[in-house]
Amino acid sequence: MLKQLAILSGKGGTGKTTLTGSFASLAHQTVIADCDVDAPNLHLLLKPKVLNKQEFKASRLAVIDYSKCNNCGICEENCRFKAIHDLTIDPVLCEGCGVCAYVCPLEAIELENTVSGYAFISETDYGPMTHARLNPGEENSGKLVTLVRNNAKDIAEDKGYNIILIDGPPGIGCPVIAAITGVNLGLIVTEPTLSGIHDAKRALILLNHFKITPLICVNRYDVNLENTSKIEEFCKREDVDVVGKIPFDKIVTESMVKGKPVIEYSPTSRVSREIERTWSKVTDYL
Amino acid sequence: MILSIASGKGGTGKTTMAVNMALSIDDVQVLDCDVEEPNVHILLNPDINDVRDVYVLTPKIIEERCDGCGECSKFCNYNALFVTREKAIVFPELCHSCGGCILVCPNDAIVEEKRRIGSLKKGSHKKLELVYGELEVGEPMPLPVIKDVKKCMKKEKNVIIDSPPGTACPLVTSVYGSDFCLLVTEPTPFGLHDLKITVEVVKELSIPIGVIVNMAGVGDNKVYDYCREQNIPILLEIPFDRKIAELYSNGVAFVEKLPSWIEKFQTVWKKIEGKTNC
Repeated sequence: MLKQLAILSGKGGTGKTTLTGSFASLAHQTVIADCDVDAPNLHLLLKPKVLNKQEFKASRLAVIDYSKCNNCGICEENCRFKAIHDLTIDPVLCEGCGVCAYVCPLEAIELENTVSGYAFISETDYGPMTHARLNPGEENSGKLVTLVRNNAKDIAEDKGYNIILIDGPPGIGCPVIAAITGVNLGLIVTEPTLSGIHDAKRALILLNHFKITPLICVNRYDVNLENTSKIEEFCKREDVDVVGKIPFDKIVTESMVKGKPVIEYSPTSRVSREIERTWSKVTDYL
Repeated sequence: MILSIASGKGGTGKTTMAVNMALSIDDVQVLDCDVEEPNVHILLNPDINDVRDVYVLTPKIIEERCDGCGECSKFCNYNALFVTREKAIVFPELCHSCGGCILVCPNDAIVEEKRRIGSLKKGSHKKLELVYGELEVGEPMPLPVIKDVKKCMKKEKNVIIDSPPGTACPLVTSVYGSDFCLLVTEPTPFGLHDLKITVEVVKELSIPIGVIVNMAGVGDNKVYDYCREQNIPILLEIPFDRKIAELYSNGVAFVEKLPSWIEKFQTVWKKIEGKTNC
């Protein structure tokens, strides 16, 4: 049966992609899905060869036809997003709802579909990968995440693979919810900083909210051992398994500079050995 | 002046820079617009003096008036309304509060009700004022909370906005209207990749930019090459330093323990003022 694992964190920069990159190298018969569509990084480690590029059209933008407009200003009055000023549409503020077009008595406004990004289906040395690129500043990252996941599911079904490995975005909002909806397991990567702990707790509430089994991995655990103990105590109270404690090591940045998962770059390092242990525990849950 | 701090990639040190800058200059108001994971208050430990709920308006169907015609769901661009068994159903989490469904309903069967999606907190730390938002966990849409935080802006003060990571609409909503945007990056391939995308977004908004290189000394030199090619000024470099990392891990802003940095942040602020004529 197909199992889906999402890597998330709440706080950015805790090591989601570093971990996913190495998991991709350790996993077999797995489809890799980079669901951080507005600042994706996994491709920098896995070097995907793009096989298929899809246009993603989900956004709409209001456009005024000034040859029909009589400057009545009804559109401006009805726009809840304050996106119309002096009869000019501000593309940053416009959310494409269509109210202006509906209220315009002269039918002078139309909604245009805009390309808000691209989805890719690719091949890597570690298996098939689906990913995407939201155009800078765009909305609808959640819908694009869903497209990346659907592409991954299609490939998994097609090839008979039974794992989808999802690299999630930071935060807890729409793209994160899209990345974790319906997954079997959520691995929260945290760090022993007060901010990391605060954000991991919110990510944990999110997983509980969606009834997804949570696991925790503490990255750079030795930067603050006291805080790491606090995380472990908290997890014990909450009955969440701490499946990994990865030490701080400059080798992680070095491997990133070389464009390789750390486990490929330095397989015998302490970091890599701990990632291997973590992966083996995660697979027990899958 | 309104200064926003952004990065694209998470964990590069946006909040650290926002807080250390705020503690180095006078008459400051900090707006934490990372409402999904706000962290400024962890470093500032403010006395909270005002807490409010953030509401959005969502449609409510008056069932006895609804005949299931489907006009509302046909109009809704966000799939927040669905008509089944001759009645409309609302999916409030998907609603953007545009009010369109009410306008199109031929039976006046839709009214709006307030729905809580987060909270807004105001506090102070010494003379510094802080406003931050917290999106309720499970709610997908941070924008209304970010907008409510920004409504509290006191333009007569030195405003520092801490933005969320990423380059999508939450970032744009946060930095929109600022006089200058400081981009915090780390000299690694991930840092550079996300810096480039963020530069694109902020430039499109016609906001002048400068870069802070955090954790300088790790990684490679490509961030520096890129900034030179693009003529983006590097206004400050902060070395990778275990002491700074440890202070952060315990929720301490490093200027409080390493006061020699105060002057450096002041210099950056002055440089930015010079660039923006604020």
